[in-house]
Amino acid sequence: MSTFNRRSFMKAGGALVGALLAVGVISSHALAADFPTAKVNTTGLAVTDTTVKVGILHSATGTMAISETGSIQAEKLAIEQINAMGGILGRKIEVIQEDGASDWPTFAEKSKKLLVKDKVAAVMGCWTSASRKAALPVFEKENGLLFYPTFYEGLEQSKNVFYTGQEATQQILAGLDWIAKEKKAKTFYLIGSDYIWPRTSMKIARKHIERNLKGTVVGEEYIALGDTQFGSVINKIKLKKPDVIYAAVVGGSNVAWFKQLNAAGLNSAKQTMLTISVTEDEVLGIGGENLAGFYSAMKYFQTQTNPENVKFVEAFKKRWGKDAVIGDVTQAAYLGPWLYKAAVERAGSFDVDKVQAALPGYVLKDAPEGPVTVEANHHLTTKLRVGKWRKDGQADVVYTSGYIKPDPFPKGYQ
Amino acid sequence: MFDYSMAEIGNIVVMQGFSGLSMFTVLLLMALGLAIIFGQMGVINMAHGEFMAIGAYTTVMVSKLAANFGFVNYYFIFAILIAFVLAFAVGYFIEFIMIRHLYKRPLDTLLATWGLSLVMQQIFRSTFGAKEVSAELPEWMLGSFKPTPDIDIPINGVFVMFLALIVTAGVYLFMYRSRWGLRVRATVQNRVMAGAVGINTAKVDRMTFALGCGIAGIAGAAFTTIASTGPTTGTLYIVDSFMVVVFGGAASLMGTIASAFGIAQAQSILQFFMTSSMGKVSTLLVIVGILMMKPEGLFASKLRK
Repeated sequence: MSTFNRRSFMKAGGALVGALLAVGVISSHALAADFPTAKVNTTGLAVTDTTVKVGILHSATGTMAISETGSIQAEKLAIEQINAMGGILGRKIEVIQEDGASDWPTFAEKSKKLLVKDKVAAVMGCWTSASRKAALPVFEKENGLLFYPTFYEGLEQSKNVFYTGQEATQQILAGLDWIAKEKKAKTFYLIGSDYIWPRTSMKIARKHIERNLKGTVVGEEYIALGDTQFGSVINKIKLKKPDVIYAAVVGGSNVAWFKQLNAAGLNSAKQTMLTISVTEDEVLGIGGENLAGFYSAMKYFQTQTNPENVKFVEAFKKRWGKDAVIGDVTQAAYLGPWLYKAAVERAGSFDVDKVQAALPGYVLKDAPEGPVTVEANHHLTTKLRVGKWRKDGQADVVYTSGYIKPDPFPKGYQ
Repeated sequence: MFDYSMAEIGNIVVMQGFSGLSMFTVLLLMALGLAIIFGQMGVINMAHGEFMAIGAYTTVMVSKLAANFGFVNYYFIFAILIAFVLAFAVGYFIEFIMIRHLYKRPLDTLLATWGLSLVMQQIFRSTFGAKEVSAELPEWMLGSFKPTPDIDIPINGVFVMFLALIVTAGVYLFMYRSRWGLRVRATVQNRVMAGAVGINTAKVDRMTFALGCGIAGIAGAAFTTIASTGPTTGTLYIVDSFMVVVFGGAASLMGTIASAFGIAQAQSILQFFMTSSMGKVSTLLVIVGILMMKPEGLFASKLRK
């Protein structure tokens, strides 16, 4: 992550004789002196001469801990790396971690605690849309700053939130285009868990399939969260024989879905499936043998071979164990602290309004997924990748799209 | 539906019939342990799902061992036995330190066992991590059995079916054909009288509770073949378990079987003709309707009140 440091090094270099540069501690003190606290913090945030407090707000307990643990790990890793290179404007990041406990009102309550009591300068957090929707009013009222990592349904844009995951159209359209072209697919069966993200996503997918791809949707189905019995649904699919199953099943249901699909003889040799809800994290539970040959559309896969990613994977495993895997959202969560650092440095201030204004237009060149651009709508321009799952739980990237601009309020898809 | 050939429709009917049966056996396995604990003893055990999770985690661990020592093809037998023993032992212990103090306060058991379920979930999370894990299934259990090229009968479904049959038969023999079962039933019917004729009711309670937990362990082991295992796996099963037991009539084994069968068939057929969520909703509506008319469930016990 060397380029992050270039600006700070130049500043420090101006202030100090070259010999002192080699000593990180001294240079960061000097840097902090360049930016007196009274100037960079005019709104009473928890920023001192040597530290800045940043919140992490995810579910460490409860159902969602399965998914959110990876995000916590990625954010902590990024923060440790930032601290190791001197922090932000010479101030070390001090993490205050709160547990949303998979309970949406708790997210709101803890957001309030972080913003009002701890006065954190920014929060990395939330995972499900429900938790974000619960916390959002607090962030808007207290004028906080939230970096949100999950790919989600879109239809939202707040000046207090930066969305480091993809919104729905970024994840859906290019993936469908690819599979329609690659597999000559004409008929699609849509299946998802029954809540806002899959339903919004499928709505967009259906419009795109019917209008732009001239295909047919032969079935659309939503499964109650946590349901593990797919016998009837699988039989319906067998009767309809779709060219492609397009799936957004989440959580415990996901595992049952793939296991039963295989057991019913619908493996990847017989059935093409593209999912938008399976990352390396989910594969741990599903088992690679149940997934092998199916496709996922994501912006990031752990097997990407660009040097930034190789370095990231290595650091992640070193910090969290060699068995740790990195899914799409984990990588997106890793971007949060780096984007925040860049924003503060561009603004030359920790003040929320200045930081918000400074980030759009910024290109994070050495993100593990490849360069991303922060757009004026607070979402990122990214690429979309299609991965084909292997038995060992990793995916081979078979398709990479061009850059896709975020469009959280897609016209004609609602 | 008319643009399909007769053969296609025939195949789907066969597979759909199997899928209903398969759901029936899953529900039955879930509910059997609870039928003993809640049905016979009247203990509202909210931690029932967590005892299933004990069985599931045991299976996952044994499968890891099996992968290391190369007995993957038949580890499942051991896994089921160990799952039973472990869940039985934990149940025995819990009865001793907690449940036995609450027999006279049935509503408090609800709160206490709910607390217990949270504690157990956090223990799983701290021990095995928050992420979901899967047992590695032996090769023979993957895939499907094909009587004709167009019919797939999932082998794991058949496996769960046989296991459910064996466990049900075992519970039946135990409850209605053994001295132990006699004592259990005597204690359920009249605790004071049972004590007066020399039955050690405290011991009977402990064994009964532990047995119910052990059966939950077996169920948990079996479910690793169809779903994954995480700290909160148990919460997925608890509602269905109670639904089956309550709908069947709390104190009746036949009721539990009939209720599991009815719910599974209704749900499976409705889900085929409607969407999945609508199928489930309709099933629940029917159950609520029937319970309003027959609050004691399908097979009411003939106890004098």
